[in-house]
Amino acid sequence: MGASTAAKRGAERPDGGAAEGMPAERRIAILLLAATAAALGLAGVYIAGGQPQAEGALLGISLGGIGMALILWARGLSTEGTVMGDRGTLAGEDEDVEAVEEAVEEITDEPGRRSVLKLFWVAGGALVLSAVFPIRSLGPAPGRALLTTAWRPGARLVDEEGRPVRVETLEVGGFLTAFPQDAEHAADSQVVVVRVADGEIRPRPGRENWSPQGYIAYSKICPHVGCPVGLYQQDTRELLCPCHQSTFDVLDGARPSFGPATRSLPQLPLSVDREGFLTAQADFDEPVGPGFWNRD
Amino acid sequence: MSRTPITRRLFRWTDERLGASHFARKALDKIFPDHWSFMIGEIAMYCFVILIVTGVYLTFFFVPASDEVIYRGPYKALEGTTMSAAYASSLDISFEVRSGLVMRQMHHWAALIFMAALVVHLCRVFFTGAFRRPREINWIIGVTLLVTSIMNGFFGYSLLDDLLSGTGVRVGYSIALSIPVAGEYLAFLFFGGEFPNTEFITRFFVLHVLLLPAAIAGLLGAHLAILWRQKHTQFRGPGRTEDNIEGSHLWPSYAAKSIGLFFIVTAVIAALGGLAQINPVWLYGPYDPAQASAATAGSQPDWYVGWLDGALRIMPGWEIRVWGHTVANPFFPGAVLPGITFGLLYAWPFLERRFTKDRDAHNLLDRPRDAPVRSALGAATLSFYTILFIAGGNDVLASVFKVAPESITNLFRILIFVLPVIAFFVTRSACRSLARDKVHPFGGTVGSRVRRTATGGYELIDPHEDDKPKVGSVLATAETSPFRPPPPPD
Repeated sequence: MGASTAAKRGAERPDGGAAEGMPAERRIAILLLAATAAALGLAGVYIAGGQPQAEGALLGISLGGIGMALILWARGLSTEGTVMGDRGTLAGEDEDVEAVEEAVEEITDEPGRRSVLKLFWVAGGALVLSAVFPIRSLGPAPGRALLTTAWRPGARLVDEEGRPVRVETLEVGGFLTAFPQDAEHAADSQVVVVRVADGEIRPRPGRENWSPQGYIAYSKICPHVGCPVGLYQQDTRELLCPCHQSTFDVLDGARPSFGPATRSLPQLPLSVDREGFLTAQADFDEPVGPGFWNRD
Repeated sequence: MSRTPITRRLFRWTDERLGASHFARKALDKIFPDHWSFMIGEIAMYCFVILIVTGVYLTFFFVPASDEVIYRGPYKALEGTTMSAAYASSLDISFEVRSGLVMRQMHHWAALIFMAALVVHLCRVFFTGAFRRPREINWIIGVTLLVTSIMNGFFGYSLLDDLLSGTGVRVGYSIALSIPVAGEYLAFLFFGGEFPNTEFITRFFVLHVLLLPAAIAGLLGAHLAILWRQKHTQFRGPGRTEDNIEGSHLWPSYAAKSIGLFFIVTAVIAALGGLAQINPVWLYGPYDPAQASAATAGSQPDWYVGWLDGALRIMPGWEIRVWGHTVANPFFPGAVLPGITFGLLYAWPFLERRFTKDRDAHNLLDRPRDAPVRSALGAATLSFYTILFIAGGNDVLASVFKVAPESITNLFRILIFVLPVIAFFVTRSACRSLARDKVHPFGGTVGSRVRRTATGGYELIDPHEDDKPKVGSVLATAETSPFRPPPPPD
């Protein structure tokens, strides 16, 4: 490849490109005139109110014209071919190296001062340590924030528009997203409510009365990395997280049946109050969302 | 009467005040080797320039705040929707600021190409052994540039606060949370409390437009200064040795070519920014922690974090529970994997030196075939991350090929171990055979050349004749070019 371009260059040089038909100078001029026209056109497009496709195309032509002209220009300049030079050495002369080393060490030349030198390190270390504390202001202590949600005993479930969920809201096979009433923006409290046929659920020990009339509610926050578990496959009774494909078995306590999730979705104990509204019996009995060191 | 040209007067004026002529003379005469693969790093540098220019423009219009606003604007599909001020301002940039959409899309395309150029440049340096002594410092700076750039890309992508980016931030938060012992504090301090919250956009903004760009600019400056001091490496060739350098003078031929490359890179990014839609945030809607489902199915992060998303997807559902504590699943693909990745990258020049016992300085580059084991390890590593990257689209693949996502994921769980091994052995034997046969992989077979002898017979020409240095012929034209006087001594 190198040889062929060199040959081309050689043919171009005397009158600027007899071999290719058009002199390099004329090609450069055409490119630069096109770039000028495109730039003026770009200004016109702005003045006329702007149009993204035209702006991008004209800017591209303008810049590309200048770029290609520069490269043609550079080719014409390469009359001398490549040149070879000496690298020289990186490391300095011994004399210089020693002079620098000695100069640096002068600071500890005084014998009596060596013993105090360590205290600079101590003071500096203490300063660095104290400077860590402002970082503490960047956020609250985790406290119990990760362990609890906004669900309280008796809290009604409301859907995303704030309408309370009643026992007849869902058909068997339906599902919706719900929040605690009066805490509709509590992102950690979102649940997915599924209705299956009564008796289909295989409740875990202690959860026998958590799913009245086939209603069952799980935290909607994936225990993997926290995406909303928003897909429900009715035929297999599985909840699916769209981000990383963790799959949860609704009938078996939302046990993870596939994917990277390691834990079941926490289940919200449900009941139906006297007026027929779905309510929570209590908060979740475990932390919702992705795992962390002090989760258990 | 002819006047002194303005350039000369300007130079004289400067030189009398700064004494620039000695340095300028040496600088203009500096030799840079010509090889297409040495341009890749320049493409990255020019993308960074475009990122700064378009990014500064975008900061004039972007509102880094999570205050809730109700959208009233030309995009009717979101009319009346409650959203963050940040998301609303990115809609304004896209629809109301004249030239705003092109700037935004150029910024995004430049970021994607910047990251690609960084990775390809890294591969070039790796496979040619350019990281060897004396260039270990620049390797370390280069890996740091990669890390800071990936982080800055992630923060920039997150600022827009659309449904996709908010989901990405949520994943980042969960990875921070999963770190043993300190994870809860780290996540709360970095993100400003439990996710979602109103703090992180302002924080990411400062990181994205100030702290990390300043770090990248500083590292890039150091990278170039060291390159300038050490001079560029070169491939072997006639007359080339460890102690010389063959190429073009910085001025004018190399500079004109390089500035031309800058314009062409910018032209391509401008054309993409205008003609190729990227990250249409208005289609995703504002971030809503309960609502990600519709958009996040079949959505992938920007390509340079795709390998991490793929790792999250194919990691089996394992976690460690010890002494009442949990080491959660995302810790392994989200924190351990990048830790090992960048740790090994940083350590590579020193690891290789340990194994090869090669402590010499190298200015002549290896071809990949010259170091079969290094090339094989590189190919294995690339195949590993390619599998992770493809696994990041397992839901897309599942729907395209009409198979269960489970099957695709299980396939990747096998390939991630098998393919790197295959890549290693195939590459190693390919390198060895190339080194033995001396045939260029893309050059094909050349046949044999003959030459007529003085006596009228024919003789075969040694096919490797060109490989031998022709000291007498080439060096003579090198140092003493008839077109310019010799440079001043150092």
